[in-house]
Amino acid sequence: MIKNRTAEVTAALILVAPFVLIYAVLFIYPTIQMVAMSFTNAPLIGEGEWIGLKNYTKMFADRRFQTSVINTFYFVLLTVVPNTLIGLGIAMMVNRLKGWQQSIILALFFLPYILPVSVVFRIWNWMFDMQFGVMQFPIEFLFGQRVPVFRTPALFLPAVAFVTIWWTCGFNILLFLAGLRSISPEMYEAASLDNAGRWKQFTRITWPLIWPVTALVLTIQLILQLKIFDQVYLFVQGGRADPSMVMVQYIYTTAFQKSQGGYGATIAVALFVIIIAMSVLQFTVLRARGEK
Amino acid sequence: MSAVTEDNATAISQRQLRTIKAFDIGGAILAIVTLVSAIIWAFPLYWGVMTTFKPEFQVVEPGFNPWPRTFTLDAYIHILTHTNIGLWYLNSLVTSLAVTVLVVIMGAGAGYAISQLSFPGRKVLWFMILASFMVPIQALIVNHFVLMSQFKLINNWLGVILPQLIVPVVVIVYKQFFDSVPKEFREAAVMDSASEFRMLFKIFLPMNWGVTTALAIITFIGAWNSFLWPFLITTKEEMMNVTVGITQVRDSFGVQYARELAAAVLAGLPVAVVYLIFQRRVTQAIMLSAGIKG
Repeated sequence: MIKNRTAEVTAALILVAPFVLIYAVLFIYPTIQMVAMSFTNAPLIGEGEWIGLKNYTKMFADRRFQTSVINTFYFVLLTVVPNTLIGLGIAMMVNRLKGWQQSIILALFFLPYILPVSVVFRIWNWMFDMQFGVMQFPIEFLFGQRVPVFRTPALFLPAVAFVTIWWTCGFNILLFLAGLRSISPEMYEAASLDNAGRWKQFTRITWPLIWPVTALVLTIQLILQLKIFDQVYLFVQGGRADPSMVMVQYIYTTAFQKSQGGYGATIAVALFVIIIAMSVLQFTVLRARGEK
Repeated sequence: MSAVTEDNATAISQRQLRTIKAFDIGGAILAIVTLVSAIIWAFPLYWGVMTTFKPEFQVVEPGFNPWPRTFTLDAYIHILTHTNIGLWYLNSLVTSLAVTVLVVIMGAGAGYAISQLSFPGRKVLWFMILASFMVPIQALIVNHFVLMSQFKLINNWLGVILPQLIVPVVVIVYKQFFDSVPKEFREAAVMDSASEFRMLFKIFLPMNWGVTTALAIITFIGAWNSFLWPFLITTKEEMMNVTVGITQVRDSFGVQYARELAAAVLAGLPVAVVYLIFQRRVTQAIMLSAGIKG
């Protein structure tokens, strides 16, 4: 028996060892390192001196840091709720279809999600092209003139949010579709016997029953969009990055382009704390609402 | 009396008929709206692909030409012969496959141990994995870079691979699935004094083959599509992944949309093909990674 027990423990340790090693070296160690580095004036590569809280006082007074935080939350605002609602709407439309029709329509909505960000960037950069882009037809129709969307500071983040919703909505659609399928059709049959209209069926049956999925989608989206970098970086290439700077981009600019590793780490700590705080907060709020 | 009931009956059935008709019209309108929205939604993909088949002078013609007047593969030929796309493809393929294999193996091993075996530190480990479910890897880019430079892994495949290996979700999914394997299987195998490794590879993994396929596919797609980290860790053009390469290297002759889009189509093609072949598995994997056991 004792021999068996030792064998079991040995086997277990061998099985978890690779994961634990990777986890320790590439997650826990860099996290500690990040905090330590934020108290120094280290360049990206090389040693620095301990400067206490100087980076933090600098950060709170840093206009560009404030802009990056505001822009990040602005982007979250522009994407999270619209993306969730559009996802639910499309899922409800797709859910009405059956068989191969449903598969084809779903694939059309879902395909963008599977593509790399660079491909999405290339497509929409072409779509919005000032001279030849097809999006300029509706833009000209609506505003009376062509608009260089990604070179207009006020339009930049909304346009990137628009592209992001197009790109990632497929994920939400899938989750909502699974949720909708698990609502039993009998509930709708009973409701239609009571002469409940579409809207009533939606508010009384669909919305409350789909709420756990909605909460899940909102949570995933929120965390995801706080970490926004790729699209913003790609679309701003060649233009002025400052007005639309987001947090990860500011980390990149500070640490990699200016080689201020210590200060970059400080901003990274801020992002880390914001993301963890938001996830804890949202988890609590959503759970409270779900239980009520 | 009987005439009244009959009237009533026909009245009701007519009303029912009318609601059924109204319902069908509403349903038909919704179906058409759905179809039109789906076509509009997918239009940018169509438009992007079509543009690659046009000669560059037709791309910049005014007006809306949904179909190329002359088909040409010039843009693709140019990309294949004038850029390092072959190398970028190789880099993407090697790093994505390595990430996939390592993530799945480590995830299965750790998931099996946590699910089936008792060992010191098991609870702590499980708690840490759950707590790091939504960890912001993006916040660690600075220190990942510092670490990789200490390991001398900048512009190196291993440098691209390593930080992408932290995927606690895979462990969580495997643990959940191994938990639901009936106890009898393990007891029978213990009687036969099969080793734990045999049990994992001969019983538990084959029983959950579908999960492994799903996780492998989604990990591969994720690794192929990843941008930020491969972008940071590769500074030499010939070490870039295809997703990074196509955005970093520009023609010196200004914007050439057909070529840029041809490069994009080539970069996206593998994942699009994987998705179209394994649609169901991809769907399942997305549910799994979102925490919905499908």
